[in-house]
Amino acid sequence: MSTLVRENRDIHRVQSEQFIAPSASVVEAADGYTLEVEMSGVNKERLEISVENNELTIVGRRSLPAVEGTLIHRESRSENYRRTFELDPSIDANKISAKIDQGVVTLTLPKAEYVKPPKITVS
Amino acid sequence: MSLIRYQTPELMAWPSLDRWSSLRDDLNSLFELPFWSSIARQGQLFSGWSPALDLYQNNDNVVAVIELPGMRREDIEISLHDRTLTISGERKSQSSNGEKAERTERYIGKFRRSITLPTRVDANKVSASYRDGILTVTLPKAEEAKPKQIQVNVD
Repeated sequence: MSTLVRENRDIHRVQSEQFIAPSASVVEAADGYTLEVEMSGVNKERLEISVENNELTIVGRRSLPAVEGTLIHRESRSENYRRTFELDPSIDANKISAKIDQGVVTLTLPKAEYVKPPKITVS
Repeated sequence: MSLIRYQTPELMAWPSLDRWSSLRDDLNSLFELPFWSSIARQGQLFSGWSPALDLYQNNDNVVAVIELPGMRREDIEISLHDRTLTISGERKSQSSNGEKAERTERYIGKFRRSITLPTRVDANKVSASYRDGILTVTLPKAEEAKPKQIQVNVD
């Protein structure tokens, strides 16, 4: 069983800043994982992704559109996003790539060559 | 002489309200966990995805700001009936065969979100923009709903 999505919650507590954990989806394919994280209001410049001690941390700082006027109804939250994932040993951390489109971060986490299932050709 | 001092009922009511609000905070803190928030805040088990919506107003416009991460513009629908603004749409699944979903917190499927606007708006002049997963809908107030300055001449 993979540990890609095991989270380290202690990190949230030692931080003085309050964060919200964004929704995430993880899909596993033969050659790697795809991780999608929802961060509305975050653009490329306000996104930080780091890998340290086999932990992947994603921080997104939101900027909500500046609207002139009085706020009369609010459901959104002002905190920034942060979420940490423990990487499965099969992942090649040097080959992780990321993109962000309309507030969804998509990370591609390829598996290292040696763990890919070998192809056996039947003659 | 009265034995019991008169206490206003309002003052009596506060301690019990306090208890409710702390209970509410306790409950809310339970829902801070991503597992719960994905079910409770987005309500996907019960009523589909309910995106967070903020509403602003100024003299000329009512502005709705809705969090809709990862949509395609053509899949977002905005409609207006009298004073009810409805945002609906569908987020389509992009995963293909041979993949295994290991964790699914993102909502896939149809959603619908309605809100009653504080004033009448001009349906013909509604505009919207979608950026960084946030939809901003600007609804100009109908002429009769705008605040008017009334000149009073004092002799």
